Amino acid sequence: MRSDPQDYQLIAPGTLHAVVSLLAKEPGAWLPIAGGTDVMVLYAAGKLPARKLVSIWNLPELRRIEVFSDEIRIGAGCTYTELREQQIVGREFPLLARAASWTGGIANQNRGTIGGNIVNASPAADSLPALLVYEAELILVSIRGERRVPYLDFHTGYKTTKLAADELVRAVSLRRRFSEYLHHTRKVGARSAQAISKLCIAALGRLADGLVDDVRIALGSVAPVPLRLIETERAVKGRGVDSSLLTLAKKAAASEIRPIDDIRSTARYRTEVARNLVEEFLLRLGTGAKK
Amino acid sequence: MINSSTISAKCEISFTVNGERKTVCAYSMERLLDVLRQHLGLTGPKEGCGEGECGSCSVLMDGVLVNSCLVPLLQAKDAHILTIEGLAGEHLHKLQQAFLDCGGAQCGICTPGMILAALHLLDKKPAPTMEDIREGLSGNLCRCTGYMQIFEAVADAARQITR
Amino acid sequence: MNDNAIVGVSVPRKEGRDKVTGQAQYVDDMVLPNMLYGATVRSEIPRGRIRQITFGPGMAWDEFVIVSAKDIPGKNCVALIADDQPCLAEQYVNHPEEPILLLAHPDRHALPKAVKAISIEYDVLPAIFTMEESERCSEIIWGSDNTFKMYVIEKGDVDSVWAKADYIVEGEYTTGAQEQLYIENNGMIAVFDPGNGITVWGSLQCPYYVHKALMNLCNLPAEKVRVVQVETGGAFGGKEDYPSMIAGHAALLAIKSGRPVKIIYDRMEDMAATTKRHPSRTRHRTAVAKDGKILGGTIDFTIDGGAYTTLSPVVLSRGAIHAGGPYYWPNVRIRAKAVATNVPPHGAFRGFGAPQSLFAMERHIDRIAQVVGLSPIEMRRQNFLRPGQTTTTDQSVREPIDLGKLLDRALELSDYPSKKERFAKENQSRTMKKGIGIAAFLHGAGFTGSGERYLSSVVGVEGCADGSVRVLVSSTEFGQGTKTVLSQIAAETLGLRYEDVDVAPADTMEVPNSGPTVASRTVMVVGKLVHSAAVGIRQTLKQCGLLGDSYSPEEFRAACRNYVVSHGEFRSWARYEAPPDIFWDDQKYCGEAYAAFAWAVYIAAVTVDLTAYSVSVDDFVALQEVGRVLHPVLATGQITGGIAQAIGLSLYEKVIWQNGRMQNSQMTNYIMPTTSDLPPIRVFFEELGNIHGAFGAKGIGELPMDGPAPAIANAVEDALCAPCDAVPLLPEDIFDVLAARSRPEDEALSADGCR
Repeated sequence: MRSDPQDYQLIAPGTLHAVVSLLAKEPGAWLPIAGGTDVMVLYAAGKLPARKLVSIWNLPELRRIEVFSDEIRIGAGCTYTELREQQIVGREFPLLARAASWTGGIANQNRGTIGGNIVNASPAADSLPALLVYEAELILVSIRGERRVPYLDFHTGYKTTKLAADELVRAVSLRRRFSEYLHHTRKVGARSAQAISKLCIAALGRLADGLVDDVRIALGSVAPVPLRLIETERAVKGRGVDSSLLTLAKKAAASEIRPIDDIRSTARYRTEVARNLVEEFLLRLGTGAKK
Repeated sequence: MINSSTISAKCEISFTVNGERKTVCAYSMERLLDVLRQHLGLTGPKEGCGEGECGSCSVLMDGVLVNSCLVPLLQAKDAHILTIEGLAGEHLHKLQQAFLDCGGAQCGICTPGMILAALHLLDKKPAPTMEDIREGLSGNLCRCTGYMQIFEAVADAARQITR
Repeated sequence: MNDNAIVGVSVPRKEGRDKVTGQAQYVDDMVLPNMLYGATVRSEIPRGRIRQITFGPGMAWDEFVIVSAKDIPGKNCVALIADDQPCLAEQYVNHPEEPILLLAHPDRHALPKAVKAISIEYDVLPAIFTMEESERCSEIIWGSDNTFKMYVIEKGDVDSVWAKADYIVEGEYTTGAQEQLYIENNGMIAVFDPGNGITVWGSLQCPYYVHKALMNLCNLPAEKVRVVQVETGGAFGGKEDYPSMIAGHAALLAIKSGRPVKIIYDRMEDMAATTKRHPSRTRHRTAVAKDGKILGGTIDFTIDGGAYTTLSPVVLSRGAIHAGGPYYWPNVRIRAKAVATNVPPHGAFRGFGAPQSLFAMERHIDRIAQVVGLSPIEMRRQNFLRPGQTTTTDQSVREPIDLGKLLDRALELSDYPSKKERFAKENQSRTMKKGIGIAAFLHGAGFTGSGERYLSSVVGVEGCADGSVRVLVSSTEFGQGTKTVLSQIAAETLGLRYEDVDVAPADTMEVPNSGPTVASRTVMVVGKLVHSAAVGIRQTLKQCGLLGDSYSPEEFRAACRNYVVSHGEFRSWARYEAPPDIFWDDQKYCGEAYAAFAWAVYIAAVTVDLTAYSVSVDDFVALQEVGRVLHPVLATGQITGGIAQAIGLSLYEKVIWQNGRMQNSQMTNYIMPTTSDLPPIRVFFEELGNIHGAFGAKGIGELPMDGPAPAIANAVEDALCAPCDAVPLLPEDIFDVLAARSRPEDEALSADGCR
């Protein structure tokens, strides 16, 4: 444990209103901490500079799931365990439920939150590609009120987002319109459980008359941000899934991504596996598989 | 005194551990693991990695398995914590006995966390499949056993408990 | 089987109850009054001269105890074999993380800040990081030629075989460093007072190694140094020699401060700074006849020892002796060397050189099979050692081991023939390629050659005042079952109940030196001495007329109580005597290397997923001949635990080096297997007995580490038709292997007989 607790102050105001008031009063001075599965690791490693923290763990306004006829809103304070246990998430947004089951072991799923994953903004985070293909909208909250930001626009660079200094993510809004799609996801990690992802794919697809009608493909860990493969999607739309399409799609994917060599893996491996993952998805789509 | 940017004072925080109400005077950002071990003398939870990867520090907090090295003390306020020390009553819990019978504990350092993770698993899935057991314990690393005899112990305890 | 049998029965682990209730006391669970915490200031460069040390502003340095090399009362070294490793660097550093200064403070949290506030300036010297760089000798970092040790094992007339060969097969095989990753980090508490001297409590394997090191470091006589092993959370060799270093550090701080000092490493420090398995490179060149028989060959075995000698000569020795595997070599030359690099010294890790050289041998035998056109099974059968034949060191195989039959049984248990056929057919059409691979091997138990004679271990058995019996050994428990099995041995020898016997704490003030807890020697060698000493206790009671020829446990206890009342302390000692037919020539490096070998055949079935290039092991059969199984649950646990570690070595555990420093020194990025990563491991034993081991047992602790890596690599090659000559085999490595294979110029080199 390389940090000194006396150099840090944690308070827990207990309500969302109190927290956003505090953030407005002293923007940038208070680091929100939910389940601690990211912040506490940095802290113990001596990599969190001394500072003030405000707990947003277990705030009732953040830790609920609201179901409407055309959308669900998942509170940012919902843990991965809660995501897995909510039937509607498993039924209509299985990519998110699967990603939740991959995010650490059970103890970390009990404490890690979807909001934390989003704000930490690691390109390797398991849930984020799913949010990209489901075209989530983030509901951000501050003392000034609420605003919605399409998740597609949320990341502006490596670990930087459009979140203002006095804002929190309040909820993730997902439109309930994907039940006719094939949902496909796979994580490639260093081992079967408890692994930071080397690569991760989340994809949705739908055929019409044997041709690709709509397709969304997102990859994690291939760029500074979680990445929607817009070019690859464009190349694939409207065509039949045959071997020439697969070749085209793999080429497009390889040129769209910018993977690096890092402590976990190599750029050349990531590129090749990205191609394979895209192919695997399209093959499933082409055979008319569901879910 | 050491010159530093001390910005916090200690505070009094109360919670229940193994059925007993405790109050500690400590910094808000002390790790729950350190408070249990050093303030309360409960050395059952261990530090194996300090980063929530090995599970040796696992405790149950309000019935939920957490890595106590990642819980800041303030967030444990008024919680009900169970450590390994609180498991055995007059007799060993069936899980503890099963670990003894099946060879689930070798060096023993992962054992407190492993048993609590198994307890949490059996709480949610009283008749777990082998897949369930593997998944339930995937956040608890054991370097000695290769896990096989731990699986046996958990399966054995599950059978005994549901009987 | 005897109703009262204790040996051969899975009796309860002696310290098991404490472990499952959280009562077991490991070193970080202990607190002494007035205790300080210690921390280590370490080198940030791989090699250089220390120019200046600056204590930064803003720290109340007068609150800290500060120790440097100047404070060392005795010799500034960690006494082991060559005594070249400083306890604290004085003028020069030779590897990243080398200890330079020690700090202590009452507040544990004050230390990381203080360590960061100390800046050290160096005159940087050129550093080397690979075996190849070391061999080139363009930079000499140790001795005259960077070589810690060399051995040559010579048998027959190797130079004459090449002309007669029908095939000459070459291969180069490498293994990487591996971190022991005991879940409990290294830790030590030390106390000093001028009257009693130094006492340390710690997580350790070898109390008397630490004892000797502290005597040297602190310039104290034997009776003024006391070492107590406390509950130890895993070791695997990683706490064989390193504890002498951390004990020395705690002792120096205790001496300077006059207060108890506790040093506990965190995971990042433990991984980066302490020992790991030696990386290795083995080059085989083998002359083979048309029928697959090995005519002879050369084996060049090189290991990377890191910056100081530490245990490298012994690791090298074992690796060299095992390099020929379980095969008959009529002619062989094994050239082995340990070389220096500027990385933290490598050390003991379960297997101790044998996993490295056996990986090469078992990969190479498959390669020879491909070249000659035999199956991996036939190739092994042709060359297996038979009773009456001699090993590479000219040791006769004197027991009725039938390796062919062992192989047959393993093949049946693993369903090898039908799987091999099925995989070959199914692989054509799939992106999931399946393969199955074999490893056959042996492991010598006990210290090599004249080692046990040199150790001259002493064991005591004590009859206590309450009539119970205590075993006095310096052998430590760290999960493998020392306390349990030695109690079983004594209890059965004496006709007592298991509950009547216990093992005394491993405290150098209380127990004799029965040697280190290493080399798979505890049950076999020390256990045999326990048996002898126990016999001595019984003989004494009989000679005194206190005990008849047959007696009940209660009668024994009464006799024992009686004896103590009238005679006082009641102890019987046994000292190791080398068996008369065991002879080892240290000069020629040949002869009886080990009193006993355990034999094994392991078979791994794998699936390689070509989407992610990842390998999963689907089934693992482990069949071994171990003399006698003294405790089925413990023995099985040793095998599955060792196999899990070796699967880690094969597929997951890679140390990422940069400028001699481990970059992935956290559990999040040094990957060991979780519950979701291991196959069902199916364990089977055979028992041929062993006249040199307690109750016929052979050592088994390290055996399981030798087989999995080559079995898995052979299986992956079977799946992919691509050679896998290095471990660990991460998906990135498999991807690179496949990418290399598809280059046209490599086509000619690919082996025959591949689909």
